[in-house]
Amino acid sequence: MKLKSLLTSAALAAGLATGAAAQDTTTVGFVYVGPVGDGGWTYQHDQGRLAVEAAYGDKVETIFQENVPEGPDSERVMTQMALAGADIIFTTSFGYMDATNAVAARFPDVKFEHATGYKREHPNVATYDARFYEGRAVIGTIAGHMTETNKIGYIASFPIPEVIQGINSSFLHAQKVNPDVEMSVVWVYTWFDPAKEADAANALINNGVDVIMQHTDSTAPQAAAQAANEAGGRVFTFGQASDMSNFAPSPRIASIIDDWAPYYVKRVGMVMDGTWESGHSWGGMPEGEVVIGPITEEVPAAVKAEAEAMIAAITDGSYHPFTGPIMKQDGSVFLAEGEVATDVQLVTMDFYVQGMTGEIPQ
Amino acid sequence: MMDLSSINPVVLVASLMVAATPILLAAIGELIVEKSGVLNLGVEGMMITGAICGFIIAVESGSPVIGFFAAALGAALLSSIFGFLTLVLLSNQVATGLALTLFGLGLSALMGQGYIGIKAPTTSPLNFGVLGDIPLIGRILFSHDWMVYLSLALIAGTWAFLKFTRAGLVLRAVGESHDAAHALGYKVIRIRLLAIMFGGACAGLGGAYLSLVRVPQWTEGMTAGAGWIALAIVVFASWKPWRVLLGAYLFGGITVLQLNLQAAGATIPVELLSMSPYIITILVLVIISADRRRAALSAPADLGKPFHATS
Repeated sequence: MKLKSLLTSAALAAGLATGAAAQDTTTVGFVYVGPVGDGGWTYQHDQGRLAVEAAYGDKVETIFQENVPEGPDSERVMTQMALAGADIIFTTSFGYMDATNAVAARFPDVKFEHATGYKREHPNVATYDARFYEGRAVIGTIAGHMTETNKIGYIASFPIPEVIQGINSSFLHAQKVNPDVEMSVVWVYTWFDPAKEADAANALINNGVDVIMQHTDSTAPQAAAQAANEAGGRVFTFGQASDMSNFAPSPRIASIIDDWAPYYVKRVGMVMDGTWESGHSWGGMPEGEVVIGPITEEVPAAVKAEAEAMIAAITDGSYHPFTGPIMKQDGSVFLAEGEVATDVQLVTMDFYVQGMTGEIPQ
Repeated sequence: MMDLSSINPVVLVASLMVAATPILLAAIGELIVEKSGVLNLGVEGMMITGAICGFIIAVESGSPVIGFFAAALGAALLSSIFGFLTLVLLSNQVATGLALTLFGLGLSALMGQGYIGIKAPTTSPLNFGVLGDIPLIGRILFSHDWMVYLSLALIAGTWAFLKFTRAGLVLRAVGESHDAAHALGYKVIRIRLLAIMFGGACAGLGGAYLSLVRVPQWTEGMTAGAGWIALAIVVFASWKPWRVLLGAYLFGGITVLQLNLQAAGATIPVELLSMSPYIITILVLVIISADRRRAALSAPADLGKPFHATS
């Protein structure tokens, strides 16, 4: 595939190409922040890519580039893909936001879809995201029940609204079932660095944490918890982005799975029949984009039932994880009794809720 | 209200050593390579190749020791490709080194296809008997796995080799002036090739330490830049083995310390904590290498220059 795209771009450069639009196939590009084999975030996006191939067969060709750093280098990769004849390009990390819009300005005929961002400066840019905080509410509930030390650890990547939503959602729900719970957040400033993620997990475990959540992409924290358990510890984790079922039934006791396949298949289909439009999609459990993986037998049946009831309530729309009363960390009111957070309030979230310790880095 | 009592110094020192060892191994190997006058920017690629070679063989044989040997061998083989290209075919060292990194990342991803999510056999700490029971000191000094001690022995060995042995002198001579060394009858290419393979073997051990001890599992791209840190430490340590040790332990130590401070809820801004490993390591090594003339002297004069016997 890569060779083919190289040849295509070479042909374009030589002025020999008749244009990708003249062909019947739709070329779909994917820009990944980590390796396809990370077992987490990028792996799930690649599963979405494979679903697109499976859905459209010969009518579609996919190209992808792994390990693309956020920043100027991503702009180069996107430009190359656009030159190689991509009709639609999915850029699958928050840090590609400005690069996506910059490249989109230069290629008005190519559609761009940026994951987890909010900037749509051109009519050919759309954004999409999943309501991960819905899944966080469920695992927060499980974590609140499972912790014995009343300390939950959270390996956070970057201080952006998406990550802060996850921290607040899981803390609120852990606190709801266990008022004594505390949450230690460790910011690692990376999406993918197995060694650092493992170090962070070990630091949390050494500080008395017995349930670890992560908002980073590798399975290293799971392995660290597994090693701690073999040395006589009692630490639980949750699969992140992907099921990470290799670490079930313990330490991994449940997971939040991002399923991008329905969205990717739908959007590529819209490019094919010419109905694609810019916009923002934010699907969650009802759309099947956020899925809770199997809850293992380490979790008591009553807790499992409670978690499943919450999944059902979020899926049928009767429960929103951010429903008032919710106070901010400084004591001011975020949501009054019965009030539900708007999407704008969620995507601009830059504060901890009441009861959290520590500060969000600026 | 900073409650840091939850940080256990003994555990901290243990995790510091674990965090520093991969960089330390890769850096000491690269030091020898650069002392021989070759700049190999492929450390990252050799590390990750070592990580997967070590992991595969350790899983298949059930023995981490055999795994580490395989890691050293695999990465040394990879580095010999670099040696052949740069020494025999006289390709550009910078470009070839970068290509080696890309190649190593791709090759390891391919080799590791069937090994994602598998558990590696455990490398347990050495048993020092009574020594390990000494309060505090025993736990700090005598509670590590054998690779930690091997990496320290490699530092001491490299220092002694470069300072006291004839072979070390020859290696340095080749790095200072390959033409003069050649005129004296030393086999420049052979010496450099051996140095490159030693560097590869060390980088491979460092990579395997990641996949077998520190993380411990195989994940694509798991070195995540550790090779570049090792390269930087060699330069900032002005090609001195003990300073490499200091640099690697500072970097690894502060990385672990800042994560522990965060986990313990220290009221230091996270931004400062996150940049501290880089800033402090650079500052300390720059200050001890502050004498410019002496620092320039310790850089091998023929570093990165191609050698051709007839010229």
